[in-house]
Amino acid sequence: MLETIVLLFALAGLVLYTVLGGADFGAGLWQLLSGPGPRGRAIRDHAHHAMAPVWEANHVWLIFVLTVAWTAFPVVVGSVASTLAIPLSIAAFGIVFRGIAYALQSATDVPHERRVIDTTFAASSILTPYMLGAAVGAIASQRVPVGNAAGDLMTSWVNPTSILTGCLAVVAGAFLAAVYLAADAVRLGEPDLEREFRMRALISGVLAGALALAGLAVVRQDARHLYDGLTSGLGLAAVIVSAAAGLGTMALVWWSKFQPARVSAAVAVAAIIGGWAAAQRPTVLPGLTLHEAAAPRSTLIAVIVAVLAGGIILAPSLGLLFRLMLIGGFDRPSEPAPTPARRTARYGTPAVGFARLALACLVAGFVLLTVLDQGVAHVFGVIALVAAAALAFFAVGPTDLPDSSGGPPNSHAR
Amino acid sequence: MLSAVVAGLAPVQQSYLLQARQMQALSFAVHIPLVCFGIAFPALVLFIEWRYLRTGDVVYRTLARRWTKVLVTLFAAGVVTGTVLSFEMALLWPNFTATFGSVFGLGFAIEGFSFFLEAIFIGIYVYGWDRLSPRAHFLTGLPIAVAGVLGSIMVISVNGWMNHPQGFRLVDGKVTDVNPWRALFGNSYFWHEFVHMYLAGYIVTGFLVAGAYAVGALRGRWGRYERIALAVPLTAAAVASPVQVLVGDWAARDVAHTQPVKLAALEGLGRTTRGAPIHVLGWYTDGRVEYGIAVPRLLSFLAFHNVNATVTGLNSFPANDQPPVNVVRIAFQLMVGIGTLLALLSLGFLFVRWRRGNLPTSRWFYGALVVAAPASVVALIAGWVTTEVGRQPWVVYRIMRTNEAVTGASGIPVSYAVLAAAYLILIGAVAWTLRRLAVTPLPASEG
Ligand code: HDD
Ligand code: HEM
Ligand code: HEM
Repeated sequence: MLETIVLLFALAGLVLYTVLGGADFGAGLWQLLSGPGPRGRAIRDHAHHAMAPVWEANHVWLIFVLTVAWTAFPVVVGSVASTLAIPLSIAAFGIVFRGIAYALQSATDVPHERRVIDTTFAASSILTPYMLGAAVGAIASQRVPVGNAAGDLMTSWVNPTSILTGCLAVVAGAFLAAVYLAADAVRLGEPDLEREFRMRALISGVLAGALALAGLAVVRQDARHLYDGLTSGLGLAAVIVSAAAGLGTMALVWWSKFQPARVSAAVAVAAIIGGWAAAQRPTVLPGLTLHEAAAPRSTLIAVIVAVLAGGIILAPSLGLLFRLMLIGGFDRPSEPAPTPARRTARYGTPAVGFARLALACLVAGFVLLTVLDQGVAHVFGVIALVAAAALAFFAVGPTDLPDSSGGPPNSHAR
Repeated sequence: MLSAVVAGLAPVQQSYLLQARQMQALSFAVHIPLVCFGIAFPALVLFIEWRYLRTGDVVYRTLARRWTKVLVTLFAAGVVTGTVLSFEMALLWPNFTATFGSVFGLGFAIEGFSFFLEAIFIGIYVYGWDRLSPRAHFLTGLPIAVAGVLGSIMVISVNGWMNHPQGFRLVDGKVTDVNPWRALFGNSYFWHEFVHMYLAGYIVTGFLVAGAYAVGALRGRWGRYERIALAVPLTAAAVASPVQVLVGDWAARDVAHTQPVKLAALEGLGRTTRGAPIHVLGWYTDGRVEYGIAVPRLLSFLAFHNVNATVTGLNSFPANDQPPVNVVRIAFQLMVGIGTLLALLSLGFLFVRWRRGNLPTSRWFYGALVVAAPASVVALIAGWVTTEVGRQPWVVYRIMRTNEAVTGASGIPVSYAVLAAAYLILIGAVAWTLRRLAVTPLPASEG
């Protein structure tokens, strides 16, 4: 029971990573395919600006999935990470290069520099989701046995199912990104960009649907167990939901209703992940049931508490970020910020008092932490020392500098 | 030889264990300096912004905005390198994760949350400069500072646990009775590590930022903007450095009590000695330190507050339970040496500032700042080498060996090479971005 709750957390994280992080990868793909000239440039810039504020937040979902998984299902993570070392390493490298390119993108406008950066960015935007998708395919087709690198290091992820899931991950991301970017273009009042991304959404949507259908055929040959799961019971229900949501999204995009299309596209992708989980029940890895794979009770409870407590803090924060994004709080500068009234810069008299206090805390801290040996004394000693440092900082008044102050001899005060 | 624990996965033969360890070390060496900025830089930026709110002086606003750009660049690099570390934890040490994930994983899970919070508010803070009221903007910065500290608390709790494992029982070698809260936060070893690292965050950030402006000062860039930009981080580092020496001494006493073999390696103490001396410099061979300067009985006094205390030497431990002594010892001496010099430099600076109300005027002081910047990073890495290599051959002290934790997958040298290349590019890219920021002229409208 507890393990199912934690698994649902992990799956929810995976869905959010696919839907948000996947779209982020997809945006990178559209940058690669944007073509030359000012039109291409406009597409690239649109994709970059839409994603920049949420880039980091979107990707932390992956960290969430990883950490929850290794806490709650440690043996699974150990087995998966050793057998699938190659695709996972490549995914990690993709993330590094993507991060580098992201950091650099806003730093230069020199065309040939931009080209190298954009290409790196886009290439890693394809590689990373492909490898992560291929890893999912490896697990789903039961090619990862329990053990330290017990599976085949190559064929576990180079096989029909993995190739399919890898491609599906890339195309689904592109589809999501196109829908989101079209919606953003509408909000920004950019009809040209809207047309571009509507077209892209339609094309990638058709492609994703075709891949999913072809996928069923491949899985039937390559991973019969998975196929049976997907064509009966909960798995079948998820497949139907995904297909319906996918078709619905296409219709919505066709009629340029991008806001609801955002949601239905996300549902279509989420349902695929749900279907995978349902089809694979009750084993996680061959011969290892979810129950056997789970960490002890106390750990599962700790994870649940931590996730719920974290969620209470995170949900409103995320809401704030996305609200500012979606209502366009980040697009147009509001009126210039009012300048606060100028007050005196000096701290004035407290400085001497602060300094005396700092010295007193330092002495107290030295006695409590360094001279005495009791643990309790150490606690107060550390508090006293940190207080001493803070008080000294304010006593010095780091910003209270005389107008032509100090500096090496040859410097000129401006 | 295997240890007491029955691993979650069967141990394997890995011929590239050393490369795996080096890869882990490389990843840490790149991540941890960035982490220092995550710990300390948000607070400094907020301090500057707070001065702006108090005084309305636009020079503070300009500076805070500048630093925000730096913060974002370094944060992005921190995210990337941190993500690599998360992967590596499972990719390089799957058996460690498989066996003890249920004990220590919680720390990383909470860490994940805190970085999530940080990422969200960095997004809001950065893009909200002109879009939120000054006060609201300042407030959106506070969670960034809190989350940076919270996140590092969590990681260090894991490291504290690895050094001083508890919160579980081994029954026939199986991990049972897991209590993750006690394992991570009821752990005495964690506290000195956290306080020491937190101060290190301020020292490294402070000296690096001040060092950059000291280079400018030596070249004659010395307006009011530059003076503030140098004085604030330098003051933060200067108040932290002397305290760091006291906290480091506390850390050493904790080590003496809980990890005697690490203490013996730090000091190169070959045999168990009553009234043990400390050797400064020198080289450890054949159970003793050669060419070092001996200070009689000091080790016994510092470690146990008694000049006649008996200190356990390396000869009390089997050879295959000992860490590589010279690596650990040299790293430790580097850290202590640099830490002492930084503390002296800091005290000198505080004295001048306090007595003359002014920044120092001698050329050598600014030269010293330029040197102090990389030196503080060296001390930081050396400190972690002391802790982590000093714990070898164990990954979980006296419970699981590093060679039992390692992956059975082949190809470690290839990933190591690719990672090293990627990190070279990353460092170059970050340096290039920061340089771009530095040479961009200050916006005239913002003074
Ligand atoms: C700027 C960085 C810096 C500076 C100036 C110092 N240290 Fe340090 N030291 C660290 C940065 C650091 C660190 C990287 O943050 C470590 C690694 C693990 C830890 O908790 O802190 C560390 C670990 C560490 C340990 C090992 C703790 C363990 O294994 O758990 C000891 C004994 C000391 N330090 C002692 C000192 C002393 C006596 C110093 C002063 C003279 C000193 N350190 C200055
Ligand atoms: C959780 C799994 C961890 C494993 C398996 C691990 C293992 C290792 C190993 C094998 C090394 C290399 C030692 C050598 O070079 O001989 C190392 C180095 C290091 N580790 Fe850990 N460690 C882990 C967690 C941590 C944590 C949580 C921290 C910090 C909070 C940390 C900080 C470091 C540092 C700083 C180094 C040395 C860097 C250098 O040599 O330049 N480690 N670790
Ligand atoms: C095993 C070791 C480690 C792992 C798995 C790890 C993981 C991560 C991850 C995934 C991130 C990026 C999260 C995000 O913001 O999106 C990150 C960033 C960060 N890590 Fe680590 N980390 C490790 C070691 C350390 C150490 C030793 C410290 C500090 C003592 C630390 C403190 C931080 C901080 C403060 C950040 C924020 C980034 C910034 O502000 O630049 N981490 N880490």
